[in-house]
Amino acid sequence: MSTVYFLVQQTMFFSIPLLIVALGGMFSERGGVVNIALEGIMVFGAFAGIVMIDAVQSAGIAINGQLLLLLAILTAAATGVLVSLAHAYASIHMKADQVISGTAINMLAPAFAIFVGRVINTRGTQQVRFEDWFHLEKVPVLGSIPVLGDMLFTNAYITTYLGFFILIAAWALLYKTKFGLRLRACGDHPQAADSAGISVYKMRYAGVMLSGVLAGIGGLVFVIPTSREFNATVSGYGFLALAVLIFGQWKPLRILAAAFFFGLLKAVAAGSSGLPLLKDIALPSYFYKMMPFIMTLIVLAFTSRKSQAPRAAGIPYDKGVR
Amino acid sequence: MNEIKQRGLWGLLGFSSALSSFAAIAVGLLFGFFLLLIANATDAAAGFRTLITSGFSDLKSMGQVLYFATPIIMTGLSVGFAGKTGLFNIGATGQFTVGAYCAVFVGVRFSFLPGLTLCLAALLAAMLAGAIWGSIPGLLKAWLNVNEVISCIMMNYIGMYLVNYLVIQTIYNHRHNASMNVLSNANVPRLGLDRIFRDGNIVSSANGGIFIAILAAIAMYVILEKTTLGYELKACGLNKNAAQYAGISAKRGIVTAMVISGALAGLGGALLYLSGAGKNIDVVDVLAQEGFNGIPVALLALNNPIGIIFSGLFIGYMTVGGFNMQLYNFSPQVVNMIVAVIIYFSAFALLVKGFIQKLGQREKQSGKEAGGE
Repeated sequence: MSTVYFLVQQTMFFSIPLLIVALGGMFSERGGVVNIALEGIMVFGAFAGIVMIDAVQSAGIAINGQLLLLLAILTAAATGVLVSLAHAYASIHMKADQVISGTAINMLAPAFAIFVGRVINTRGTQQVRFEDWFHLEKVPVLGSIPVLGDMLFTNAYITTYLGFFILIAAWALLYKTKFGLRLRACGDHPQAADSAGISVYKMRYAGVMLSGVLAGIGGLVFVIPTSREFNATVSGYGFLALAVLIFGQWKPLRILAAAFFFGLLKAVAAGSSGLPLLKDIALPSYFYKMMPFIMTLIVLAFTSRKSQAPRAAGIPYDKGVR
Repeated sequence: MNEIKQRGLWGLLGFSSALSSFAAIAVGLLFGFFLLLIANATDAAAGFRTLITSGFSDLKSMGQVLYFATPIIMTGLSVGFAGKTGLFNIGATGQFTVGAYCAVFVGVRFSFLPGLTLCLAALLAAMLAGAIWGSIPGLLKAWLNVNEVISCIMMNYIGMYLVNYLVIQTIYNHRHNASMNVLSNANVPRLGLDRIFRDGNIVSSANGGIFIAILAAIAMYVILEKTTLGYELKACGLNKNAAQYAGISAKRGIVTAMVISGALAGLGGALLYLSGAGKNIDVVDVLAQEGFNGIPVALLALNNPIGIIFSGLFIGYMTVGGFNMQLYNFSPQVVNMIVAVIIYFSAFALLVKGFIQKLGQREKQSGKEAGGE
């Protein structure tokens, strides 16, 4: 049983950042802007958050670990918004190719993190280390629930609960509010939205900025449980989140399922030699690493003809076009 | 020559296009200088001077420029060729990696091939592997309408993990966690370039690969400008529906473009790892940067094959500058940041180009714009 608990806990660490970032991508694309810069925004968010944690910790300020984590999450979110604005400006105002602007941000992010990391680091290395003040051995009361308590409320981080909160909030925002309806309209048929008096530019900015918030947070949430230092990379998680977004067909609940599935594959890849059942099958860990991408390709192949993708995603809005 | 008369020399070189690229480069360099100023104001000027001049400082550095430029000219051609057909080949990285693996595999294992034939076989294997890797997004796009950007991203990761797995299985050097060294006759001949481009006794890594890259660029130019195939591919890129209406099979065009594009990137992988500079495929889960660098190379040249040679040399030149800049304790990542800013602003290139053309029209009053493109 303990193996199962361990696997579930590990899956959480991998799935939650995927979930958060893919939901971010969802807001951007449902608003009509393709955001392949998720990877880069994650790096920026994680970098800012970890630098902030490191600054507080090395200054010797006594602060509650969970409070510090929340402050770091806010820092990451703010950084994410700033970076996403660069993408929004290029793709909405300048009508630039959204893929190119995204590529630029992806290229900038790791270089920026290494360069600035070396400048601010007294040791002159690019890695930013931090101490783990955030780990929850066991959540009071909830941790004592049988089975569920072992899976979700022991050996956990509050980021897990944040992920579920974001999921519910994202679902409600997209389907139950005026904002969500307008955003979706701008992604599917901006001309119609415009003629109904909705400012397509503003809605698209909002969508991209939301994706910046969530990708920034997602970057930090990825680093905290899995590492003790940040080394200017989020290991392709932004692109994996893009796969989750497609696998989840741009819908929040399906994205949740896809994120868990991909997270499970990642957890298995990370521990495939340690898990009793999988040890006997003895598939190489590379197999599990490749699986999410292969499966996304297959899903793409089967769904692209009647894809659920927002119809106007990737096309700059031009008022003059009928 | 007729063309030159018609459009004027500047028009043929796409002068207004080139101007927008230069503007993007200028903004990028300015950004880089500000970064250096913020990081360390006292050394910033010296560091920046090193960055932009050291590629020409001696013959060895110039040789290194050629060495760094070779693979990214190839990936630039790959991105550019697909771009001419209206496809964004962000998968050059994956095609580059599988090409590199196949080249190294042949270079290590096919010891029965004598002399230069081993090198040729390795290059061919790389092109084939890259072509296959490129054909998958092409087929998916042509027949199932799958967005090539997304499928290329997926293929990049699949390629990277697959190559890491295969390196470990077939040509693994445990001590360095990398691929084995290729046989010496698998390397592209140096043609004496290393002896021309050297500093005293220190030879550079320049080799015949640069000529292969230039030949590939010329071949791409000929295909695009002088053959029916190229005409059809460009027609697909300019207006798919119009091309279809004129009886050109857009589906076949897409697949052909991706196959050629993949082969070019794959060849780039071979030229890097068969350069004789002692580079091996490291088993790390990181996508090859050379593939991504093809994007700015192609963008700066606006997909023009001859222009790609120069923009590739430019990025290679900057890479050498960034390397030498470490003398002043600046990390070479500055170059990547400058390149990123250049990409960002070349995304606006169309706008800038339109603006310049408008200026040109105003000057001429006649409204007859002679500019290229």
